Amino acid sequence: MTVHKGRGFACINYPIGMNLGGDPSQALVHATPDGKFMVTLSAIDLGQGMKSVTRQIAAEALGVPIADVYVDTADSDTGPHDMGSFASRGTHRMGNAVIRAATEARRAMLDAAADELEVNASDLETDGHGNIQVKGAPSRAITIEDTAIAAQFKQGRTLSGRGIFLIPPSEADPNTGEMSPVTCFAHAALVVDLEVDDETGEVTVIEINSAYEVGRALNEKLVEQQLIGGAWMGISHALYETTEPYYPDRSHAPGDFVEYLQPSPGDVATHNIAVLERPAEDAPYGGKGPGEMCANPVLPAVANAIYDAVGVRCDRLPITPEKILRGIQNNGGAQPKGAL
Amino acid sequence: MTKSPVQFTLNGTETGVFVNGGANLLDVIRREAGDLAPKLGCAQGGCGACTVMIDGETHLACLTLAETVEGKRVETATSLANGPQLHPLQKAFVEGFAAQCGFCTPGMLMAAKALLDANPSPTREQVTEAIAGNICRCTGYEPIINAILTAAAELRGRISA
Repeated sequence: MTVHKGRGFACINYPIGMNLGGDPSQALVHATPDGKFMVTLSAIDLGQGMKSVTRQIAAEALGVPIADVYVDTADSDTGPHDMGSFASRGTHRMGNAVIRAATEARRAMLDAAADELEVNASDLETDGHGNIQVKGAPSRAITIEDTAIAAQFKQGRTLSGRGIFLIPPSEADPNTGEMSPVTCFAHAALVVDLEVDDETGEVTVIEINSAYEVGRALNEKLVEQQLIGGAWMGISHALYETTEPYYPDRSHAPGDFVEYLQPSPGDVATHNIAVLERPAEDAPYGGKGPGEMCANPVLPAVANAIYDAVGVRCDRLPITPEKILRGIQNNGGAQPKGAL
Repeated sequence: MTKSPVQFTLNGTETGVFVNGGANLLDVIRREAGDLAPKLGCAQGGCGACTVMIDGETHLACLTLAETVEGKRVETATSLANGPQLHPLQKAFVEGFAAQCGFCTPGMLMAAKALLDANPSPTREQVTEAIAGNICRCTGYEPIINAILTAAAELRGRISA
């Protein structure tokens, strides 16, 4: 029995969202009577942090403290239309819609404040702490709370905004077939170090080193969290998970969580992450978002590392011990490629 | 069907319910007592989302007959916070980004609570072992393990202070 070390590399250009049939997101923003702002979306936070990031974006675009912004999501009856949380589109599409809605609401807010202060709205600025003041003369100021009260109880005006961000459908050129399936890419490169036991076929992932380019990381901790969790899922899909292990014979299909294989807390590999920030032009404050790309490069990197370790090239997932042992047998023994 | 009375302490509060024979504790906690902290994941003991503590030991509420907790002390993740004051475990989970969708979190917290009650200075391996029956599909476990170790250190600091 020998344990062979292997190293595998993979990189990825990952498209943000899709525009084959048009890809819109909408947002509505309105002020409550006490000068807080509600962002209404029908997009869903699956745990990836969409609510946190759209809240940050709305606060930035409105010029108000983040504590004064609430995000209401996931009700397609009461929220404006959204294509949904998929295709790594959340930060980019919803974020852009929120910026537009918040910008319109900010304009209404500054107009209302201008009436109260008897100045021109273009001379006003927000201080980020809940006040609106005359540029260069911060003593001429009104709180956003007082502005909202005046707007709604005196001026008869709503402090609200509508936003839609649409990537229009891309038609294929009839002569060349050329089209723009996507407008914005994120990028990653990832190295996996692992060990393969040539007697049992068992793979142990030792370490992952990755570099992700996600535009601006609007919330660094959320980006890191997604990358760590997503890489775990990548390992899981590379080595363990399948509902049809002996397709088309379903008699061995897992019936529950006990039989459905996935890495346990004891199978966690060290993961070192470098996040590169290269703000994207059409992205909200430059943020593209990690999304599905967290898991994707792990799979080919694991497959390449296994090839490096024992010379077995598996093109069916998951790469189970059985497949590795059959490959070693077909090759007449382990054939380390020696990248390490 | 005849209902039976069951009296137990739920998160420090005397609780009395009438349950059908065969009713499981998770249903009783969620539907009768209205504590929605423990979650129904697989309903067959495979995922750990329903983990609660009964007389200080972890149990899977979905596999526990409600009638067996007569006279016992049942604690869910709801017991951890003291008003707005989060338990060190909850604080460490929040600050360590140890939750994404959050569905496994109440079970993870109780598995961790039982561990730290019994062993205030667990090793990383002991933490890993303690949550081995709880499935998380979002975090990759590492932030959870780190959060539990952080909370353990904070709790030890409180005791020695």
